[in-house]
Amino acid sequence: MTEAVADIFDGATVMIGGFGEAGSPIELIHALIDQGATGLTVVNNNTGSGEVGLAALIKAGRVAKMICSYPRSMNSTVFPELYRSGAIELELVPQGTLAERIRAGGAGIPAFYTATAVGTMLADGKETREFDGQEFVMERGLRADFSLIKCLKADTYGNLIFNKTARNFAPPMAMAGAITIVQTASIVAPGEIDPEVVVTPGIFVNRVVQVQNPAHESVLVAEGVTYP
Amino acid sequence: MKSEAPPVGLTRDEMAQRVAMDIPDGSYVNLGIGIPERITRFVPEGREFIYHTENGLLGMGPSPAEGEGEPELINAGKRQVTAIPGASYFQHPDSFAMIRGGHLDICVLGALQVAQNGDLANWSTGGPDAIPAVGGAMDLVAGVKSVFVVTQHCTKHGDPKLIEACTYPLTGIGVVSRIYTDLAVIEITAEGFQLVELSPGVSFEYVAERTGAPLIPIPTPSTT
Repeated sequence: MTEAVADIFDGATVMIGGFGEAGSPIELIHALIDQGATGLTVVNNNTGSGEVGLAALIKAGRVAKMICSYPRSMNSTVFPELYRSGAIELELVPQGTLAERIRAGGAGIPAFYTATAVGTMLADGKETREFDGQEFVMERGLRADFSLIKCLKADTYGNLIFNKTARNFAPPMAMAGAITIVQTASIVAPGEIDPEVVVTPGIFVNRVVQVQNPAHESVLVAEGVTYP
Repeated sequence: MKSEAPPVGLTRDEMAQRVAMDIPDGSYVNLGIGIPERITRFVPEGREFIYHTENGLLGMGPSPAEGEGEPELINAGKRQVTAIPGASYFQHPDSFAMIRGGHLDICVLGALQVAQNGDLANWSTGGPDAIPAVGGAMDLVAGVKSVFVVTQHCTKHGDPKLIEACTYPLTGIGVVSRIYTDLAVIEITAEGFQLVELSPGVSFEYVAERTGAPLIPIPTPSTT
């Protein structure tokens, strides 16, 4: 685990999978806290809850900027306090635009046009263009130096399958990360995952670490756990 | 200041039930948080709606039985749900391809304000101390075929929510097709707010007084 995140450097852009607690790679995030990299730009749909996982990383002062769609949630107090005091930067992105920016980045597409946010403050300053009589706003693809994601099962080639709604941002983030680091509940031999059901092909994955019984954020928060 | 509103109009459940009546059988539907969520309890006899939740599930079922929930089977409101037989899980880009690609039939959302041209404000009051959070609201209104709003006709303070132009930050421009309130069903037309139906015991004048833009009466059938 320590080895897997050892080269994450100060100022890196790090994508972290998960929508709320579903798919949040808590153990990898805690390893990143221990590792000490700071000044990070973090891409995640939310900003974590309680004082574990992503919220703990933010609380430890390691995150200079968040790129996300919904920075407040139940039990989310760390980010709002820092944001109000001006200690952390926020780039607010509509959820679908965020997902597509990550996918595009991973697919080598530098920009795309979408109808989402046209005419709203989230399109301010962005280039717009008309196609077939409708206005669209240009959004940039997004890449990361590292992606941290969680899955249910991986084989030794890095082929991945996920658990229910924990899949969310993990597949596009695996594509968009220069180095993609995966925590998985189990590691199996090649061939043990049916090629027909592989969700993320191993080409998008660089490192796989086994975390047999990953913690659930809501359970940790309910127990009052804080990290470190 | 208006005096306290008399108990007229529909309850929140009745509003949800009224919306459900207008959703065709077999529709792919995305429901927002609040009154829209109640629609699942009022699916008319003989109809089936397939629920999409944008975090990555088509075929969302009801809440799990006590103690049977799973932290990684949740809806967009981050509450634990179930999956019906025939459901599918997918990644975010696919989920929003369903939304942006026009594959979903109807989304039902709450509102802070709706303008007479169909502009919607439902994500931020723009307050200086507010933490801005948009989620998938802008994607839904831009991409889903029909956007229904279900809301109380007025704010808690009695101010109209249906107005000439939104003052809060917009979610989308000209995106709303129908509004269901405790007092009436109203359609957005090129001319503005077109009354479709009054709630039982509610008069046109009562609704018009509480609407911040002209309300077009239901056309009376010609007798000639």
